[in-house]
Amino acid sequence: MGKDIWVVAEHFQGHLNDITLELVAKGRELAQAAEAKLAVVLLGSKVKGLASELAADVVYLVDRPEFREFTPEAYCAALEAALKDAQPRAVLMGSTSVGLDLLSMLSARIACPCLDNCTRLEVRDGRLFATSQIYGGKLFVEVAVPEATTLIAVIPGSFPRPEASAAGRPEVQDIPLPATLPELRIKFRKLIEPPPGDVDITQVPVLVAVGRGIQNPDNLPMAEKLAEVLGGAVCASRPVIDQGWLPLTRQVGKSGMTVKPKLYLAFGISGAPEHWEGMKNSELIVAVNTDPKAPIFGGAHYGAVTDALELIPLLTEEARKASMKKAS
Amino acid sequence: MNIAVLTKQVPDLVEGVEIDSTGKAVDPDSIRYILSESDDHALEEAVLLKERTPARVEMFSLDTGEVRDTLCMALAKGADRVVLIRTGLETLPSNHTVAKIFASVLQGLSFDLILTGVRAIDDLDGSLGGLLAGYLNLPYVGLVRKVEMADGTSMAIVQKEYPGGYAAELEVKLPAVLGIQAAEQPPRYVPVSRLRQVMKTAKVEEKETTAPEPETVAVERMFKPEEGMGATMFSGTPEEIASQIVGLFSERRLVR
Ligand SMILES: Cc1cc2nc3c(=O)[nH]c(=O)nc-3n(C[C@H](O)[C@H](O)[C@H](O)COP(=O)(O)OP(=O)(O)OC[C@H]3O[C@@H](n4cnc5c(N)ncnc54)[C@H](O)[C@@H]3O)c2cc1C
Repeated sequence: MGKDIWVVAEHFQGHLNDITLELVAKGRELAQAAEAKLAVVLLGSKVKGLASELAADVVYLVDRPEFREFTPEAYCAALEAALKDAQPRAVLMGSTSVGLDLLSMLSARIACPCLDNCTRLEVRDGRLFATSQIYGGKLFVEVAVPEATTLIAVIPGSFPRPEASAAGRPEVQDIPLPATLPELRIKFRKLIEPPPGDVDITQVPVLVAVGRGIQNPDNLPMAEKLAEVLGGAVCASRPVIDQGWLPLTRQVGKSGMTVKPKLYLAFGISGAPEHWEGMKNSELIVAVNTDPKAPIFGGAHYGAVTDALELIPLLTEEARKASMKKAS
Repeated sequence: MNIAVLTKQVPDLVEGVEIDSTGKAVDPDSIRYILSESDDHALEEAVLLKERTPARVEMFSLDTGEVRDTLCMALAKGADRVVLIRTGLETLPSNHTVAKIFASVLQGLSFDLILTGVRAIDDLDGSLGGLLAGYLNLPYVGLVRKVEMADGTSMAIVQKEYPGGYAAELEVKLPAVLGIQAAEQPPRYVPVSRLRQVMKTAKVEEKETTAPEPETVAVERMFKPEEGMGATMFSGTPEEIASQIVGLFSERRLVR
C-alpha cells in the first residue's frame, strides 16, 4: 500500500466548499508527516480552473458533462476507477450529503474499510489515528486507522480552514475513464432552491434556538417572545422542522443553515454533531438543557441545567426589565 | 411494487450509554434499544408510497434489542409482512457485517425499492444503505426526503438534501436502495389500543442467518466528552439562573 493521502473535492455552483479546503490543509499535514504526496480528486464539468485553488501535489481530474452535477453512481464509478491501482493510505472526504453517499458505496465496491463522523486525525509514533463522534456526540471513539487504504468522512468544521493564499500549483492528471460510461441508472433532474423564508437566520444577531426539548408547538410563541425582546429570531434543530412546527429556512445544521450570530441561545437541544456543525462559530453560545450530560455543554460557553419551558418566560421578563433600565 | 424496509435497533440516548471495563466498547447492560430514528422515517415513507401506489411493504429487522414490539408497530402502521432476522449475535455488529447479513437475506427476493434510514447514531463504519447497494451493485441515493414513483414502477424521483435548504431532484432506475433522511410527514402515531389489538394476531416471521466473519475496525479507546466541559455553568433556582444569564447579556451589551 502507498503512503499518499487523497482528498475528494466538493464544489457547489462553481466554488470549492469549505470542507474541501479544510481537508486539503489536514491532508497536507498528514502527507508531510509520512513524506508522501497529497492528491485531490476533482470531479465535475468545467472545473479545471478550481485545481489552482488546491494546495495539493497532484489533482486527479474528471472534467466531463456527465459530471456537471453530483450523482452518487457516476462519482463512485470514477473514484473506483481512480482508486483501483493507486491504493493510497487514506482517502478523506466530507461527512456531507456528497461524501456520505460515496463513503459507504466505495467501501463496499473496493472492499476497503471506512470511518464516518471523524473529528480528529493525527499521526502518533508513525501510526495514523482517527477519532469519531457517535451516539449524537455522547461518545468519542478513537480508532487506529487500518493498514489497508481507508476511507474517512470528516465532519465539516473539524479542522481549521487555511488562509485563502495557501493554494499551490498542482500537477493535473486526467483520470482514465471509458469514452462512454456504462449506462447510468441515476440522472440529475434539477436543483431545488430553498423555499423563500420570512427571516434570513444567517443575518440575525441573536438566535433563540429550540430543539426537541421544546416538546410541542404550543411552546413556540414563548420562544418568539424572548427572541423579540432580544431583537433576534427563532431557529431550530431538525426534529422541530421535521415535525413541521417551523419552516425549513429556520433549520440550523448539516442540512440547514450555518449561522454565526453574536448570541446563540439553545433550549432543549442535545448538541448532536449535525446540529453543532451549523452553529459552532457563534460568538456566544448559551445552552439550557435538563440533561447535565448533554453534549451541547461540551462546546457551549455558558450553560444551565434546568427546564427550558420554565426558564424562557423568566428570561423574557428579566431581559425586558434590563432593556427598560437601559432605556431609562 | 415491492418495498423492503431494513431496520436496526440502536441505544436510546435518553437512557444514556456507559463504556464497559475494557474502555473500548459500550456496556451492553447500560443500553435500552429503540428503533433507529431515520429507519422509522424509512418505514413512514414506505407506507406513504403504499398509500399512493399499490405496493407491498415488508420490514426486516436484526434481532438486537426488543424487536418484536417494533415489528408489531410496523404492522399497525401498514407494513404487510415483518421479518425478524436471527443472527445469533449478542451485540449489534458493524455496519459492514449488518449490510452483508441483509444482502444475504435479500438474495433471491425481488424488491423494487429498498429503503433504510440514512444514518444511525451508532454508525462508525459507514451507513447501511450505501454499503448494501455497493454489495448488491444497485444504485444508491442517501439523505432522501421525498420519493415519488414514475413510469409505473421502473423509476423513482427522489429529493436529496444539500446544506442551506437546497435539494437535488434525481431520477433513479429501480431496483435501487435509498437512504431516507426524513419522510414527507413525521412518522405516524399509533394509539396503544390499536397496537395491542395488532399484537394479538400479529405474525412475526423469523429467519435464521449465519453471521459472516465480523468486519470491524480496531477501537483503541472510547471516551465521553467531559461533563459540562467547556461551558461555565449557572446554577440556582430558575429565577436566579434567569437573572445570571441576563446579567451576562448586559455585560456583553446584548440587551437592547
Ligand atoms: C445526514 C443528517 C443530517 C442532519 N442534519 C441536521 C441539521 O441540519 N440540523 C439538526 O439540528 N440536526 C440534523 N440532523 C439530526 C441530528 O442528528 C439530531 O438528531 C438532531 O440535531 C437532534 O435534535 P435535538 O437536539 O433537538 O433533539 P434531541 O437530540 O432529542 O435532544 C433533545 C434535548 O432536549 C433536552 N430536553 C428535553 N426536555 C427539556 C426541557 N424541558 N428543558 C430543557 N431541555 C430539555 C433533552 O435532554 C435533550 O438533550 C441530521 C442528521 C443526519 C443523519
